[in-house]
Formats: sequence, structure tokens, C-alpha cells
Amino acid sequence: MVKTHLRLLPSVLTLSHLSVAYGPIHAVNDISLEIPRGAIVTLIGGNGAGKTTTLQSISGLVRPAAGVIRFDGTDITRLAPHQIVALGLCHVPEGRLVFANLSVAENLALGAYLQRDPALVEQTRDHIFTLFPRLKERLKQTAGTLSGGEQQMLAIGRALMGRPRFLMLDEPSLGIAPRLVTTIFERIVEINRDQGITILLVEQNAHLALEISSHAYVLETGRISISGPSADLRADPRLKAAYLGG
Amino acid sequence: MTEFLQQLINGLSLGAIYALLALGYTMVYGVLRFINFAHADVFMVGSFAGYYAARHVPAGTIWGGLAVLFIAMAACTVLGVAIERFTYRPLRNAPRLNILITAIGMSLLLEYGVQLLFGSTPRNFPAVFPTSQLHLGGLTVSSNQVIVIAVSAVLLVGLQLVVFRTRLGAAMRAVSLNPRAAQLVGINLNTVVTFTFALGSALAGAGGVLYAMNYPSIDPFMGVMPGLKAFVAAILGGIGSLPGAALGALILGFAETFVGGSAYSTYKDAIAFGLLIVIMLLRPAGLLGRLTVEKV
Repeated sequence: MVKTHLRLLPSVLTLSHLSVAYGPIHAVNDISLEIPRGAIVTLIGGNGAGKTTTLQSISGLVRPAAGVIRFDGTDITRLAPHQIVALGLCHVPEGRLVFANLSVAENLALGAYLQRDPALVEQTRDHIFTLFPRLKERLKQTAGTLSGGEQQMLAIGRALMGRPRFLMLDEPSLGIAPRLVTTIFERIVEINRDQGITILLVEQNAHLALEISSHAYVLETGRISISGPSADLRADPRLKAAYLGG
Repeated sequence: MTEFLQQLINGLSLGAIYALLALGYTMVYGVLRFINFAHADVFMVGSFAGYYAARHVPAGTIWGGLAVLFIAMAACTVLGVAIERFTYRPLRNAPRLNILITAIGMSLLLEYGVQLLFGSTPRNFPAVFPTSQLHLGGLTVSSNQVIVIAVSAVLLVGLQLVVFRTRLGAAMRAVSLNPRAAQLVGINLNTVVTFTFALGSALAGAGGVLYAMNYPSIDPFMGVMPGLKAFVAAILGGIGSLPGAALGALILGFAETFVGGSAYSTYKDAIAFGLLIVIMLLRPAGLLGRLTVEKV
């Protein structure tokens, strides 16, 4: 069922034959992805597989050596990060990168940097507080003093302040207390379901990622080794051995 | 006591000029993490621009003086932005050392370029503002000192407002905290860098005119010493910190005038660098700076 569902939906983000090189090293080697509108798609793989590099090249932080990235029909391969954000594609980076010296409120305000309508900004902020009430409680607190989980909530909140249509999350479970990981993943599902935001999720925790996604790609040393509906991949013996702990 | 107050005023006006220059070093460092060695020469070009502008406005008037200041600031803004656009920007992703060496090259280019165009003979800087001596009790304050302090105060307050009250100012602070995260919230890095160079260069231009008014002789190499001192001031206060640069500049200005007025006046330049060494040993991050570990 999932399969046919995917085929019917047009993809909102397409990567065709993308390669990224750091000097002589190919971090990403000729990968192609399709992300259907409204889906949660996950990109899993071990350390150094090229997951983060892939996201960074989509958001414009890293220039691909070859290939084309299309977002909603627009070629964004050579656009600068701020132009890509303006198109509605936001990236919650690995390590969260909150503005550590600024307060939670200031971090959220910067997330709305491109938003011109104060009423809409207010509304978005209120919505983020319903998703993550913790952020409202800690509004005046310096972001650097938050726990890892709270910083992750803030990073997601900050990205949502940009009112994205497409959200990329890089390792949202990394270094976070298990209890908070569950909360954060529940919220990711809610963001996708209630706001219709398409999500590309990069995760090392393959269990979790396959549980909430409809489709998955497995990256291995810069290449896509396996891809398919998440339900199928959960049962895939190759994945079981490598990422799902037998 | 009078002597002390007199030196305090002298120190304040010298420190104010250092502050105008030091802010440029610290702002550029904050955003791009490199020392713009050509900054002192933008300051020098500011006094040359002021020198030529002064020929076209009535001398010794407030409006004429302000016009000269404004023209010098505008000229330096254009120069600073152009330097960034055409020399530093193409090297943005090159190793940090390349851009540093380029900055030194730019500095030499400006010095010898100005020498080529205008010669190396020192020129007398005209009195662009009205001049008089004010006597307050036993103190003698020149109107120039008042102007230096007043103009610097206005510019520093203005800068503070721009950085903390405007959208671009917020973008600047975001970039200095985390350039990557700043780009991911939709901040245009190039706009912020251009804006930073514009602000810093405008302040340097004002500093160039104010400096030239008080030490009324200008030449292509006049920026070297004040530039070094302002750089020291920025480090002293904690490079990357705006209040730090202002504080470091005032400390340096006071130290220099007090030593200059003592029996050890020959050592007044040594003071700046002596202070730098002491601060670096005791507080490597500077007075108001934060030691940050760069994550790679």
C-alpha cells in the first residue's frame, strides 16, 4: 500500500546523480533521491556514510561537485543557503547549532529572520510552544545552558519559525536522553501530519527512523546501497545485520 | 589634580580615536575571523579624503567640518566594501592564512598607491572645524578635543543602536556567533559581511579625519602606528567584542597619555605593546572576550 501511495505523489525534492567531494575524497558519490510531498523519508547509514554532507549540499552549505538538486521544480543546486531557506526548505543541522549565547526567545526570533508579518510570526511561535512547552518555560534562558534535548527542541523550533514546507533533520536523537528522544520523534510525526511539512530525516538510530518514515534510503560510503518502503527495510536481512542489531 | 584631569581629557580624546579604529578590527574579526590588516590604511585614506574635501567647504565652520567628516566616511565605506568584495571575498573558502596575507598585501598597496598618487611629503591638515581653547578652572581643553570626543561618542552610540536594534545588526551578531546557523535561518552572509565592512570603514574614515585634526599632518604611512595600537586595543578588550574594543582603546589612550606626560615619555609607544603582552599572559581572551573552542 505504501508503495502505490508513493508512486502517486509527485516528489517535492529530487537529487539526481549528486556527488560531493572534499578535495580528492568523494563524500557523496552519484546518489539520486526522490522525496514525495508530505512524506517522512529517512536517510540512514553509519558514521561517515555521507548523510550530513548530503543534507548540507541540499541546504547550500556545501557545493556539490556534480549533479542537480531540484526543490519544487526549482533548480537549487547553486543557490546560497539563505535563498534556499526563502523557498521554504529549512535544515536543522547536526549538533543543533543553536546560538549558545542568546536566549531561547532570541534564537526563535532569528529563526523568523525572513518572515515579514509580525502577526504570523507570533502565531508560529505560539504553535511551537504547543509542540514544545519546555521552550516557553525557558524563554529567557540562554540557549547554551539548555539540556541537549531542549537544545534539539529549540533547533527544530527555530527552523519552524521560518515556516518551512520542507524540513531536514540531521541526527535529532544524537546525545539526547532516551525519554526526550521519544518526545522529539512524536513531535516530528505531528509536524509532518498536522502541518503537512515534508520531512527528510537523517538518523543513526535506524529503528526509530524506520518506524516513523514511509520510505528509506541507506547510505554506505557515499553511495545508496538499499532503498525502499520503510516497512520492507525493517524486515530486510541486510539491514538487520548492519543497523538493527541482528 | 588639575594635571591629572588634563591628562584624563587628553587620554579620552586619544582613546576615542583608537576606539573608532579598533571597532573595525573587532567587527571584521567577529564576522570573518581574520584580522583586516588593511584597516589602518583605510583610516589613512579617510584623512586624505578629508584633506581634499576640506578644500571645497568653508574652513573653520561646524557644517564644513561635518561635511568633511561625512565625505571621508563615505569614501572609506566605498573603499572598505570594494576591498572586501574584490580581494577578500574570492578567498572566503581558502585557508585563513591566504586571506591574512592578502590583507597585508592590500595594506601595502594602499600605502604605496597613495604615495604614488599624492607623494610622501607630509601635508598639513587644515582646521576644518572652528578652533578655540576652552579654559575650565585650570584645565585647557581644545575645541578639537571636544569635537573628537563628541563625534566619537555619537558614532559609538549610533553603532550600538545599529548592532543591537536593527535587523541587519541582529544578523551580524548571529553570524559572529555561528555563521553556519545564521545562514540556515536565512541570513545572507555576503550582505552581512558587506555591511560589516561598511560600518567599520566608515568609523575608520571618521577616525582618520579626527586624528588628522589633532596631529595636523598626514602622509601615506600615518595609519601604521594608530592602526597597530587600535589592533592592540581590540585584542586587549577581547577581539570580537564591541564593548571590549572601546574599553581596550580607552585604556590604551589613558596609558599612553599618562606615560607621555611623565618622565618616561619616550616609552609611550612601548606601553601599548607591553600592555598587550601582559594581557595575553594573564587573560588570553582579552578583558571582555570569551575563550571559545572552535569545533571542527
